[in-house]
Amino acid sequence: MTEFLATGFGTFVIIVVQSLMVIAFVMIALLFLVYADRKVWAAVQMRRGPNVVGPFGLLQSVADALKYVVKEVVVPAGVDRPVYFLAPLVSFVLAIVAWSVIPFNERWVLSDINVAILFVFAVSSLEVYGVIMGGWASNSKYAFLGSLRSAAQMISYEVSLGLIIIGVIISTGSLNFGQIVAAQDGAWGIFSWYWLPHLPMVVLFFISTLAETNRPPFDLPEAESELVAGFMVEYSSTPYLLYMAGEYIAIFLMCALISLLFFGGWLSPIPGLPDGAFWLVAKMAVFFFLFAMVKAITPRYRYDQLMRLGWKVFLPMSLGWVVLVAFFAKFELFGGAYARWAIGG
Amino acid sequence: MGVADYAFYAFAIVVVASGFLVVVSRNPVHSVLWLILAFISSAGLFILLGAEFLAMIMLIVYVGAVAVLFLFVVMMLDVDFARLRAEMARYVPLAALIGVVILMQLALAFGAWVTADEAMALRQAETPDPAEVHNTKALGLLLYDRYIYAFQASGLILLVAMIGAIVLTLRQREGVKRQDVLAQMYRDPAKAMELKDVKPGQGLR
Repeated sequence: MTEFLATGFGTFVIIVVQSLMVIAFVMIALLFLVYADRKVWAAVQMRRGPNVVGPFGLLQSVADALKYVVKEVVVPAGVDRPVYFLAPLVSFVLAIVAWSVIPFNERWVLSDINVAILFVFAVSSLEVYGVIMGGWASNSKYAFLGSLRSAAQMISYEVSLGLIIIGVIISTGSLNFGQIVAAQDGAWGIFSWYWLPHLPMVVLFFISTLAETNRPPFDLPEAESELVAGFMVEYSSTPYLLYMAGEYIAIFLMCALISLLFFGGWLSPIPGLPDGAFWLVAKMAVFFFLFAMVKAITPRYRYDQLMRLGWKVFLPMSLGWVVLVAFFAKFELFGGAYARWAIGG
Repeated sequence: MGVADYAFYAFAIVVVASGFLVVVSRNPVHSVLWLILAFISSAGLFILLGAEFLAMIMLIVYVGAVAVLFLFVVMMLDVDFARLRAEMARYVPLAALIGVVILMQLALAFGAWVTADEAMALRQAETPDPAEVHNTKALGLLLYDRYIYAFQASGLILLVAMIGAIVLTLRQREGVKRQDVLAQMYRDPAKAMELKDVKPGQGLR
């Protein structure tokens, strides 16, 4: 067995099995995330939420997915067929591809590349194409307007996301997730993680991810009251399911990113307890709960307010923070909290 | 052939094919989409060369930002392509002539190109050893350490170009109502409204 796994084909088999494991994790998480999302809104609005299919309605998402798949695909007249069907696929596949570099525990990572964080960033910047292509190919004004809004929004918030990430990279001296998490390992458990030195940026990062993933209060691409459902309006059945799944997977990815960059990934919050993948999943679940709560409580932003927030508030703040962090790191101020290169790399 | 060779041929063929389709596509939006595919595959080629940082920057900058702008412009243009094609047919001979002349000049220039024996050694002395530091760090050392002044100067040139573009397109129009967000936030009922006690039969004056 060991000899077989050392051969070229054996390596291939290992990679395929590992990829399938990551995809299975993401898809199973997806089913329960959609359920959790709906339950949280329901609780906030004093409703019951899904409670019919399975115990406590736990299987509701499975039933929904089945229903989407067996429905008829309605293709409007005048659509650009190849692009129309490519768009939801792009959106779904890219959302999954980014998971290939996310580590779940020390060395539990599909591909441990040097530029992992840039890879995630690059893939999430490609996700905008799923939206633009879908909106254009639908041959509908609502869909087109929705996709243009969404593209402008995603590009704007990527700028501040990138600058915030640069602060973390400066502190670690590496673009590898494993080393970023290792740099947060310290004697004080939860207080040696990056959220404390980078506190203002944690808030900015969370809000930017809301905008980047088109979540309320920044769900302007979908803005039901003005644009019906934005770029997705002409989609039905399985293509629509792919869009929705892609969106939720991207949100879950952002939860993973926040946990890895600022909240110590798989490190345990209390010194002495063992580290492990459990902590990362728990942290991701907490952040997903925050995402759901934000959707339940906040009213939608207006589009010009969103753009103003992105370019005139977040961009200068994160740019200034990069300069500050570089200064702190260079002169090793605050007990070297911003310069952890000795550990990271 | 190893996996890397197969990957190289796959990426190379995709780059060339999509580059060709950029030119021959009837629909300009399809052209831009093919262009994006060409960018992505060339990022793959960069990875095969061991330049992973460059590959990611290529994806983020060209695909994530520049091509989106292309797509925006092309989607919103309302161009009459039948007329454009007719115009193109008129200018094809001239364009072909210019192309051939440039190709000949390039061939002449590079045909007579001789590299000094010491040139490669000199270049390698400047760059960090790829066996010791990985790609990202090597680029950082070169850009921010050895060539910091050249790098800053190019940044300054870009800044000047950006300011120039803004100055050229900035138009201050008179009498346009603008939104002042801070003023709006600091407004309160006491400043915004006035309560009047209207006597019956008199109205407001």
